Amino acid sequence: MTAAADPQAMPVRQGRVWRKLRARPAALFGTGLVTLFVLMAVLAPVLPIPGPAETSWTAVREPPSAQHWLGTDHNGRDLLSRMIWGAQASLLAGVVSVGIAVCVGVPLGVLAGWRGGWTDAAISRLTEALLAVPFLILAIAFAAFLGPSLTNAMIAIGIAATPIFIRLARGQTLAVRTEDYVESARACGVREGAILRRYILPNIAPPIIVQATLTIAMAIIAEASLSFLGLGQQPPDPSWGGMLDSARGYMEQAPWMAVWPGAGIFLVVLGFNLMGDGLRDALDPRET
Amino acid sequence: MLSFIARRLLIAIPTVLIISFFVFSLQFLLPGDPVLAMAGEERDPETLDRLREQYGFNDPFLVQYFNWLTDALRGDLGQSLRMNQPVTALIVEKLPVTFQLAVMALIFAMAIGIPMGILSAVRKGSWLDYVANFVALSGLSIPNFWLGILLILLVSVNLGWLPASGYRPFSVDPWLSIQTMIMPAFVLGTALAAALMRHTRSAMLQVLRSDYVRTARAKGLREKVVILKHALRNALVPVVTVSALLFGELLAGAVLTEQIFTIPGFGKLVVDAVFSRDYAVVQGIVLVTSVAFILMNLLADTAYMILNPRMRDGA
Repeated sequence: MTAAADPQAMPVRQGRVWRKLRARPAALFGTGLVTLFVLMAVLAPVLPIPGPAETSWTAVREPPSAQHWLGTDHNGRDLLSRMIWGAQASLLAGVVSVGIAVCVGVPLGVLAGWRGGWTDAAISRLTEALLAVPFLILAIAFAAFLGPSLTNAMIAIGIAATPIFIRLARGQTLAVRTEDYVESARACGVREGAILRRYILPNIAPPIIVQATLTIAMAIIAEASLSFLGLGQQPPDPSWGGMLDSARGYMEQAPWMAVWPGAGIFLVVLGFNLMGDGLRDALDPRET
Repeated sequence: MLSFIARRLLIAIPTVLIISFFVFSLQFLLPGDPVLAMAGEERDPETLDRLREQYGFNDPFLVQYFNWLTDALRGDLGQSLRMNQPVTALIVEKLPVTFQLAVMALIFAMAIGIPMGILSAVRKGSWLDYVANFVALSGLSIPNFWLGILLILLVSVNLGWLPASGYRPFSVDPWLSIQTMIMPAFVLGTALAAALMRHTRSAMLQVLRSDYVRTARAKGLREKVVILKHALRNALVPVVTVSALLFGELLAGAVLTEQIFTIPGFGKLVVDAVFSRDYAVVQGIVLVTSVAFILMNLLADTAYMILNPRMRDGA
């Protein structure tokens, strides 16, 4: 990367961030949780577990046992397997939807902050309008009109999260654009595109990374909510939200069905939140 | 003050227009012909044409939007195809239910979040502060529909203390109404309490460092007086604004909470509408929630001005 060669354009050194992060047990714990779930999701195909959609009529709603560590559900499916495959759906939804939001939101925000004038006014009004619709309601509306599927849920959540990144990138760009190193680059005749890529982007990256981490947490809850409502991952494909939805029918007979998927969502979201908070402290010296 | 409110209302107009345009355009995301979906089994070309004419689908897009917008401004958000009722009537009917839930949730959130925030700011760095922070972060991370399910499991199924579902209007039986709403309101209030705690804590920390708090202490005032009378009153100003911003989250959270506790409010209406493909209802709800959210923001800014005299001249 060109930014690495230019010490001025590199606001944080990776080593320092890692040292600061390591000094915070809570952040480290969060990173550990996230790593654990990522490993689970990635290793799902090779782990010695039954298929997530394999039903068994002889093992319906069995409590946790040596054979089925987390028990089985109303179709006799192994809950551990569904949890592990469900982690894949959750993490995928979190990362992809935030990816969409960052890829659409950051360029728009930088453009608004850099150009100013009418471009800024138009983009800002649009952002304000989208921010006025509550996040989940916006996602539900999109998912409703796009049709229920995991892909559409990710698109819906991605669009709903985009204004957060537009606003952040715009504000950061406004703060950075008057810095001396940007002014001098401009004075030296560096082209606009190169200034944005080499000086603006690397300098506004840290808060965007923090926000992205925290937004992944939000997106995972949103995906679980949509799947819980039946607007996300469709059965029999496993998702934590969908598992919770089916568990509601067997609260008295099989309470364990309701416990695991919720615990999964809680832990992975807690992990991302702790990681985001830790990164914020590590990347932003003013906040400490 | 009045000119401030008037100016803010003027600024809100383009925002509302953009939202309305966006809400209206949503229906063009629908795959296929809306008339076919509306007609159901009916495939007679003449009927389809008549429907198209009746709903104005043959008009250009902007004409359709303009007609829809002028209707909406007159309070007509269209007709619910499933329930055969005006959308506005449906929303007005469900609003008090969600309002009661939201108010009770807000009471829970403030009763838990603000004292927790004060305590952890006053005892910054103590074990109490760590515990409060961890509880708050957990509150933000816990999916509220799971919390609802766990509470039903514990309180209703195992202990039998409170009913798991069933809604009674407040006007019919206030006591039973509050009883059935306690759990849902608590569930909805947790995330809010967590957010309020974090905001109260940081606002308090900032105020506690200020000169007038040092002066108050130097005067020899008791610590309790310094904290409650001098620090808290100033720290609460930003907290008020934040509460209004959290109102949107409250509405969104109500969607799931009402689903779990089968409360016939706003959130249940939107979910049912999504599944019965009753798109006019979905559009109406998105529009109404957004306008409500914008009005709440305006209210918060006004409250901020009233609470903070320094702001008055600047505006």
